[in-house]
Amino acid sequence: MKQAELMLRADNVSKSFGPEGAATVALSGVDMSIRAGEFVTIVGASGCGKSTLLNLFAGLDKPSSGTIEVNGKVALMFQEATLLPWLTARKNIELALNYAGVARSDRDARVAELLDIVRLGDWADKRPHELSGGMRQRVALARCLAQGARIVLMDEPLGALDAMTRDHLHDEIESIVKAQGLTVVFVTHNMREAVRLGDRVILMGSRPGRVVYEQSVPLKRPRTMDSNDIASRAADLTNRLKAEQGILEGADS
Amino acid sequence: MTINNASRTQTTFSARNAWAWTWPKLFAIALVLGGWELLFLSEWRPSYVLPGPIETFDALFKMAGTERFWLAVKTTMTRAGTGFILALVLGSIVGIAVARIKPLRLAVGNVITGLQVMPSIAWFPLAILVFGLNEQAILFVVVLGAGPSIANGVIAGIDHVPPAFTRLGRVLGAGPIALYRDIVLPAALPTYVAGLVQGWSFAWRSLMAGELLVIIAETPSLGTTLDFARQMSKVPELIATMIVILLIGMLVDSVFGTISRKIRRDRGLAIDD
Ligand SMILES: Nc1ncnc2c1ncn2[C@@H]1O[C@H](COP(=O)(O)OP(=O)(O)O)[C@@H](O)[C@H]1O
Ligand SMILES: [Mg+2]
Repeated sequence: MKQAELMLRADNVSKSFGPEGAATVALSGVDMSIRAGEFVTIVGASGCGKSTLLNLFAGLDKPSSGTIEVNGKVALMFQEATLLPWLTARKNIELALNYAGVARSDRDARVAELLDIVRLGDWADKRPHELSGGMRQRVALARCLAQGARIVLMDEPLGALDAMTRDHLHDEIESIVKAQGLTVVFVTHNMREAVRLGDRVILMGSRPGRVVYEQSVPLKRPRTMDSNDIASRAADLTNRLKAEQGILEGADS
Repeated sequence: MTINNASRTQTTFSARNAWAWTWPKLFAIALVLGGWELLFLSEWRPSYVLPGPIETFDALFKMAGTERFWLAVKTTMTRAGTGFILALVLGSIVGIAVARIKPLRLAVGNVITGLQVMPSIAWFPLAILVFGLNEQAILFVVVLGAGPSIANGVIAGIDHVPPAFTRLGRVLGAGPIALYRDIVLPAALPTYVAGLVQGWSFAWRSLMAGELLVIIAETPSLGTTLDFARQMSKVPELIATMIVILLIGMLVDSVFGTISRKIRRDRGLAIDD
């Protein structure tokens, strides 16, 4: 069977911060290949270098050694909500369209379409502080899609949301990604979320940040966070991570 | 539905706010006038040195009926406006340059703060020698009074733009100019406006000092009105002019305050007043 096109590749990538000698090694010897249409989740403890890796893929930073290959335009959705507070939801999205080179005359229709996708049509003219946390993340998602990239990187985008809003956004992201045929790298520290969303889960260990395990998730969609299959796979991943870090038994997060 | 409710609560709130904003001011005015009247009645100073509020406001209304008074207000406001706008333009340019260019910051960053602390009235003797007793001398000092605060507002505003916003700009593909125009400068706006407010108060103080020191014949201004009233011992006119100076300063300040509050409210920031 012919494999899908390679979209992202990290080849023996390392990244350190700070002066030589006293440097923090954020990533060490990371190899990773992500193919077109894949939904890959990266999971690991906080501080293990997940954001650093996404920044490298997004071209915001350069690896200290090794190579990063990116096949096409990349959009990045940040960990923290970064809607510009002085712009309405509509204008936030429009700015991304503007930078993506969408003609002024086409922008209105495109904004309406994107707000529709994240089901915020009635909230177009609200400013970020007038929206709930979940709504803000949906606007950020719409803005991310506005960039017209085939590759989408998401850095713990739902970390700060309540469980119900988060479950709901899982469905939404899943259907958008499927409808648009996007390639996604979704970072989380939540094992269940990783299994719930990913076609493939990559487990990262800490100090230094590296890939310790990966597993494809053949479970049929739609999936739900609280299904037994997902729970048992998440527990398995948690145990692997603990074993990796030399921690014996502990509470599941 | 929810939206409507939210905005309705906001209107009732702002009506209540308007009253909450008004009554302390009315109370303060009553307190000042009452204290003044009592001081007057106590005859602590003879009434030709310290007139009461009634006589003073009478003088104020009489003065407001003269052409000369409005000419004075016009001169002073023109100087304040010109000086402030010049300070705004120069302060903003210098501020952006210093915020952007590292060597420039090392060279003049502290100088700007130094200028801001220096009482601008200390510039007058030099300004008079350099420019003469004329408009330029006054404008020079007004600009030096207001400019540093405005420049510092720009610098502080740009320095405190959250790094997440600039990273966002890069991810979205903003070029360097677009990044400044669409992200950095708007993000710096609240601090910039705070700098403008401070700049205005320095401009107004410098201008009053200037109008008392640089008396230009045949050009009535609020400063010369004060000076003539003192020379002629027309104390009611003197105090009336002081009241006008106070009111203009407060009026402009409240316009800035309104702009600043609107900006902060639009962004969901705390409004501290
Ligand atoms: N710009 C930076 N300067 C210095 N250290 C950094 C920087 N960015 C990340 N680090 C360090 O690199 C490590 C990985 O960070 P990060 O990628 O943010 O982890 P994660 O996203 O998995 O929580 C951490 O130890 C962090 O302190
Ligand atoms: Mg992170």
